[in-house]
Amino acid sequence: MHFTHKLFYIMSNNIYLKKGLDLPINGTAAQNTKKVITPDVVAVKPTDFRGLVPKLLVREGDKVLAGTPVLADKMSQNILFASPVSGTVVEVVRGEKRKLLEVRIKADANQEYVDFGVKKVSGLSAAQVKESLLAAGLWPAITQRPYGIIANPETTPKAIFVSAFSTAPLAANVEYALNGQLDNIQAAVDALGKIAKVHVCVNAANESATLFGKLQNVTLHTVSGKHPAGNVGVQIHHIAPVQKGEIVWTVSPVMLAAIGKLFTTGKYDVKRKIAVTGPKAVNPAYVEGYPGISIKDLKDYYNEGENLRFVSGDVLSGTNVGAEGFLGFFDNQVTILEEGNKYELLGWAKPFRCKLFSASHTYFSWLTPNKKYDMDTNLHGGPRAFVANDVYGKVLPMELYPVYLLKACLANDIDKMEKFGIYEVIEEDLALCEYVCPSKIDIQQIITDGIALMLKEMC
Amino acid sequence: MNGLRNFVDKIKPTFEKGGKLGFLHSTFDAFETFLFVPNTVTRRGAHVRDCVDLKRIMIMVVIALLPAMLFGVWNTGYQHSLAFGLEWGFWNMVWYGLVKVIPLYLVSYIVGLGIEFVSAQIKGHEVNEGYLVSGMLIPLIVPVDVPLWMLAIAVAFAVIIGKEVFGGTGMNIWNPALLTRAFLFFSYPSKMSGDVVWIGGMARGAEAWQAGNGLVDGFSGATPLADATLTNLQPKLWDMIVGTIPGSVGETSVIAILLGAVILLWTGVASWKIMFSSVLGGLAIGYLGYATGATDLPGYYQLVMGGFLFGTVFMATDPVTSAQTECGKWIYGFLVGALAVTVRLWNPGYPEGMMLAILLMNTFAPLIDHYVVEGSIKRRAKKVKTA
Repeated sequence: MHFTHKLFYIMSNNIYLKKGLDLPINGTAAQNTKKVITPDVVAVKPTDFRGLVPKLLVREGDKVLAGTPVLADKMSQNILFASPVSGTVVEVVRGEKRKLLEVRIKADANQEYVDFGVKKVSGLSAAQVKESLLAAGLWPAITQRPYGIIANPETTPKAIFVSAFSTAPLAANVEYALNGQLDNIQAAVDALGKIAKVHVCVNAANESATLFGKLQNVTLHTVSGKHPAGNVGVQIHHIAPVQKGEIVWTVSPVMLAAIGKLFTTGKYDVKRKIAVTGPKAVNPAYVEGYPGISIKDLKDYYNEGENLRFVSGDVLSGTNVGAEGFLGFFDNQVTILEEGNKYELLGWAKPFRCKLFSASHTYFSWLTPNKKYDMDTNLHGGPRAFVANDVYGKVLPMELYPVYLLKACLANDIDKMEKFGIYEVIEEDLALCEYVCPSKIDIQQIITDGIALMLKEMC
Repeated sequence: MNGLRNFVDKIKPTFEKGGKLGFLHSTFDAFETFLFVPNTVTRRGAHVRDCVDLKRIMIMVVIALLPAMLFGVWNTGYQHSLAFGLEWGFWNMVWYGLVKVIPLYLVSYIVGLGIEFVSAQIKGHEVNEGYLVSGMLIPLIVPVDVPLWMLAIAVAFAVIIGKEVFGGTGMNIWNPALLTRAFLFFSYPSKMSGDVVWIGGMARGAEAWQAGNGLVDGFSGATPLADATLTNLQPKLWDMIVGTIPGSVGETSVIAILLGAVILLWTGVASWKIMFSSVLGGLAIGYLGYATGATDLPGYYQLVMGGFLFGTVFMATDPVTSAQTECGKWIYGFLVGALAVTVRLWNPGYPEGMMLAILLMNTFAPLIDHYVVEGSIKRRAKKVKTA
């Protein structure tokens, strides 16, 4: 891809966002870690990565260690995907047209790690940092904007962005989840700093207390506002918007810790605290586990036999993995909620629907701003064409015209998609627009399709 | 409730594809979703959704229209009794009004919804609830004595040519209710303007009066707009605010319309920017006309006369046909108000300019948005470069 180095300036170090919405949903995880999950079967899922065409590197029955590559990217075969645990490959699950969906690995009782060697970051060059990450299977932790795809190791981004807080509904508390990881995170930003300047956005409300405030060799920004203020895409938009031909990288705090551990311990160690949340989670709290663990390992946290949906990630843009599914590579949250496949008599005509939340004033839930709701997955209406036009802007703190962008995506009009900002967004940034949409349009899917078209035409 | 649900579940297969009445699928679906919020769950994207849907938004507009409609029903009877010198009580007037207005509603909904159902069936879509509002609006913006067959043709024209050919609710360029009125206005001008169409029974009464009975001596059914001079209107100002004047069914009462405006603004269903800037535009040109001598009425008279306020509150704010961008809404609203009063003051052909002003601005709303969006993109690109 064509890429130019451009001098860019920081537009602001303190960002105040007025628009947005904090979803009042029940089921925040209490800040204690009750359980360390001893995984049974874990899965490495190529579907966690947009547009990835995977190449299988192992066969059923193969022994792997934590850090042994099991998949590679067919397009650039130095990008590897590692097993999070040591164990035996038990099954390769394929879907339609033999599409590779999961590599399932039965974990050993005792975890053994591939030794990548402890490295002192200060002595490494940018190329050596890249090599280390590629070899250890941690490269996929770096996401590229535009498009939200795995970063291309051949390119140099204009900057690397980290959002050090999450505003997504019921998201894991970053400070709690990464408590004690400061050294690892510092090592990671030092390493990534060799490649490009690292920007870290912290929550303005938590500026003095945050772990990330102590980081060195980074440019700190404070951001205040409701969700999606914690989305890295929104932050980039206000700090150094992605123009055509430019590339930035993003890394989540959880992945920073893993990258740091690679250098400080020489291990592929992606163990993390995972928040088990949601209205149907029983005693929501944190557990310690790996990406790829089975939902079944969380059975203490829900009542079997209920009609439930299991979301890997948050309720706005996570993935429905089902009771038999596995946690995603990037996720440190599971949301458990009820399937809402029930009819409601004259629901839309009732003056009050006390158990339901609406961000609009057509119901009265705005009069009880502190109330939390047991939300379920009912669509609460039928799909329609775009009618309302001012609801989307109220929850999108970006200088974009979401309906214009979406219509350009629907029309497959690449020029207009560029113009209206397809380089600056991924699905999660418009997830709230989808939540409030009275026409029940699958807005994130439209963005997914739009990005897929861009990737097909531009790369 | 369970009994009703069971009944619906029992008859549902008949209306599904391949069922005996499969051709009525969309119709069945419309009634089912009217009765029950469907059990559909999210499949992708956001797993939870806001409980607001278009039905809720539309019903809010319908509720906001109720004060104007109820007042209109009474006023229809009141105007009739005034014209014919009848000493009617309140319920008599309401009864007369109902007899006059209900047929308008029947025609509006049967023709309009009928076409909606058929086209939804043809396209295989769900029936959109947009017509609930259009159908409510149409009888309120026509003279009470409009022949029903004319209304039927006009509604059919507006729904088919004005909306369905563009793809249905959400895709239309012009407000369907106003298109109905415009169709009537240009096709049957004698039934849509003049002094005798605004009061129930008066057109017939005028002939009868020549024969020597009926209408009160010297009674004029003209709306205030027909002879808008200060000497003529000053004594009527309070009547115009309350709404006890001749005019289209729902447009006369400022108080009833403002009640509706409060509901629309409270619920956030209509844009306050459009309402506010339209009033601003109307006042600006109203006072300009006053200053230049085009009229001897102070600017605020323009707000209380004719369809100005009704158009501002209920028609200009239609989210589909108005400007979509927040900045565009200011421009759009201002021009609606300004143009409406301009037509009133400087165009002797049309005493009322609101309908044409809104339709014209509906046409240009996409252009306004285009320049607003282009301007914003350019400004932003510049900011990124120079920052």
